[in-house]
Amino acid sequence: MNLELHRCFRCGWCKYPSGFEDYNCPSYARFRFESHSPGGRLWLIKAWLDKEIEWSDHLSEILFSCVACKNCVENCKMDFRDEILDWIISAKSKAIENGLAPPKVRDFLENILKYGNPWGLPRNKEASWIKELERYKDQEFLLYLGCECRYEERGARMAKNVVEVLKKAGISFGVLDDETCDGNEALMLGERGLFEELASKNLQKFRELGVKRIVTISPHAYNAMKKYAEGKFEVLHFTQLFSELLRKRKLSLSELEFKVTYHDPCFLGRHNGIYEDPRKILKSVPGLKLVEMKRNRENAFCCGGGSGNFVFDFLSGPSSPARLRIKEALGTGAEILVVVCPICKAMLEDVIKEEGRIEVKDIAEIVLISAK
Amino acid sequence: MKDEIYKALVEIVGEEFVSNRKEELYIYSRDSGLSDPSFPDFVVMPKTVEEVQKIVQLANREKIPLVPAGASLTLSGLTIPQRGGIVLDMRRMDRILELNRRGRYIVIEAGVTQGKLQSFLEENCPDLCHSLPEAPPSATVVGNLLIHGQGNLTQPYGFNSSMVTGLEVVLPTGQICRIGSCSLSPYWFSIEPLPYLAGLFLGWFGTTGIVTKLGLKLFPKKKLRDVELFVLEDPNLLVEAIYRITHTEMAEDVTTIAQPYPLMFRGTIMIGIYITGDTEEELEFKRKIIWESLGEIIKAKEGGFMALMPEMKKGLLEKPMSSLTRTADILKGGGFVYCGAIIPIEKFPDALRKLVEIAERNGITYAHSGRVIGRGHCMMFAFAFPFNRGDPESMKKAKKALHESYAATLEIGGVPWKPGAEEQKMILEKMDRGTVELIGKIKALLDPNGIMNPGNWEVRL
Repeated sequence: MNLELHRCFRCGWCKYPSGFEDYNCPSYARFRFESHSPGGRLWLIKAWLDKEIEWSDHLSEILFSCVACKNCVENCKMDFRDEILDWIISAKSKAIENGLAPPKVRDFLENILKYGNPWGLPRNKEASWIKELERYKDQEFLLYLGCECRYEERGARMAKNVVEVLKKAGISFGVLDDETCDGNEALMLGERGLFEELASKNLQKFRELGVKRIVTISPHAYNAMKKYAEGKFEVLHFTQLFSELLRKRKLSLSELEFKVTYHDPCFLGRHNGIYEDPRKILKSVPGLKLVEMKRNRENAFCCGGGSGNFVFDFLSGPSSPARLRIKEALGTGAEILVVVCPICKAMLEDVIKEEGRIEVKDIAEIVLISAK
Repeated sequence: MKDEIYKALVEIVGEEFVSNRKEELYIYSRDSGLSDPSFPDFVVMPKTVEEVQKIVQLANREKIPLVPAGASLTLSGLTIPQRGGIVLDMRRMDRILELNRRGRYIVIEAGVTQGKLQSFLEENCPDLCHSLPEAPPSATVVGNLLIHGQGNLTQPYGFNSSMVTGLEVVLPTGQICRIGSCSLSPYWFSIEPLPYLAGLFLGWFGTTGIVTKLGLKLFPKKKLRDVELFVLEDPNLLVEAIYRITHTEMAEDVTTIAQPYPLMFRGTIMIGIYITGDTEEELEFKRKIIWESLGEIIKAKEGGFMALMPEMKKGLLEKPMSSLTRTADILKGGGFVYCGAIIPIEKFPDALRKLVEIAERNGITYAHSGRVIGRGHCMMFAFAFPFNRGDPESMKKAKKALHESYAATLEIGGVPWKPGAEEQKMILEKMDRGTVELIGKIKALLDPNGIMNPGNWEVRL
């Protein structure tokens, strides 16, 4: 492991967004013990590696409650900032290698390996409508659905909306018959071997089918494919494609009088720098009023679902990041919280019943309503 | 017994906010400085003053040490629980309770951070600000006041602790009391003209009670802010230059910088002069007056203003300045310590000479930053030493240099700021005996069981 962990001063800049509005590290915001801050986590990793403290279930939860949102990387003031997340992922990796990962994390990874999805669901549990989609042959785009959209109800609804919009715009696309998990969460959890195996399977499949352009629904899949697709084929997140379709007037939108706010997903935003395409889409809808949350773009507050937490959710509870984010969205006075990530959608919808007074909608649904 | 205390704490704040697990105990057993670690038995995060009161009552009844903590960023170990016990992480008490815009004060809870207050003011009343220290945004406002911190408004208005308009305090026996106008009025506008009880808590490092709420003065925030760097080589001349600059009453903040790296700065001393104004004309007027005040020095070619590259100016104008935090990475080693010497400005040359000597003697590098306090009534002179947390030898040298800096501060007639427990002993040793006894009597009166942050300001009567 990298031996530079000692460079963290634990000054705490990394807990904040650039405007200091509130704590922006999801696990620190949730637990509030210094041990759950990025600096606290790094100091504990060092203490563990130096054998000052022993491994424990609690240390394990502290480590795996890092959702890889990258706020610490964004706001750390030190020269080593780009390495912070790598250090944390390396520690996760070491824990996994030594059989120390929490059982929920172990199950998550084993399920991906055995079943191709983190829930361990059989293929027949996929959303039924997926069967009706055209299979990829030589269409312009391969639409990569990902397990969040194949097996999770909220993700499946979002995927269906994306599919409808693509059809409406006359886009030629197909899906894979036997899709392999993109592996992003395996990578973030430090299971690099599994990630590489999944990547290799996907790449082989893409090669065999002659795939040139891929559009993903999940920003997590987008992130993974950007990592293994360098130069081999083009990868787009669906919001980039929508934005392009609107620019080329392949979609015409009618008036919608909603006040909405937009939640930047970490794997589209901080990990890949895509902030404006979703906003361009929303601004293309006549009558739609977009109001920003205080923490937006590079400073957006994560929903808490990254690094597998959308399944094992070490951050659940009354101050879960999703609840805090919904409260922030409510503060804008918006009626709708717009998301572009199936994981964000599930995390935020899960808590909406209790926090109330705002709806979570994916951007494809907004486009679809407006395009009718 | 520990199990019973744990259960009692859970009863007070809920299970989520108490920990006796080794991971939390490890983190709260140390800070980013070089003090030896010492483990607490429990870490607790109260949300309300009533919860704080119950914890204090429990600790007082069971005679358990109690250490209130903010972000633990003093670098001198002031929140390290030297005798174990309970660390109270106050940062869940983070509400901003009242903004009185016309009265220019704000009431906040003890866990509100500098970042949160800065952000709140920028959003809600951009024409007001508080005196912002150069600490990271994660530092708490109350923590800064309790150690007599300084900020960007310290030059015109004095120590940040002189900006208190009211306090709510839980005494070591569990009694809640209010200090200042808020003790008899709904308004938290002033500590004066009542008996000055705030002095029982400011500068005592949590040994006399736990501050739970704070009334704080706000000041006009001008729309524009600029900085000039005046560079000279003769430290004696710096004393004169600061006298002239402060005489103009045109500067908001006056700081000093001296460091051997980059090499272009070696042998020079820089005075950072911050000016503010609502218009360009106001800014230009102030700039002109300050330039004129230094005219003779410039004419004699003994000093001059440095042309600032945009990046450098941007760094100097950042609030707070992250470059100071980056001192910790000078040796790519995650650490620096400093002795903040509060000295008469005329002692600057002696302090600088001592700093260079100490650094050379110990074979380490140094960095100096300082800030004028009041209209030149004194200044904070930082003897700062970066160290490499991964290199025990580097840590040992920095620790020795730090200790020598405290001794040097006392030798030149200064007073060390936020001294650690060991350095407090050096201070008490030199202090007038009557004063030491008074400190001891006040502590014994307020904290009869000696539970509050033991090891700090300890006096044997």
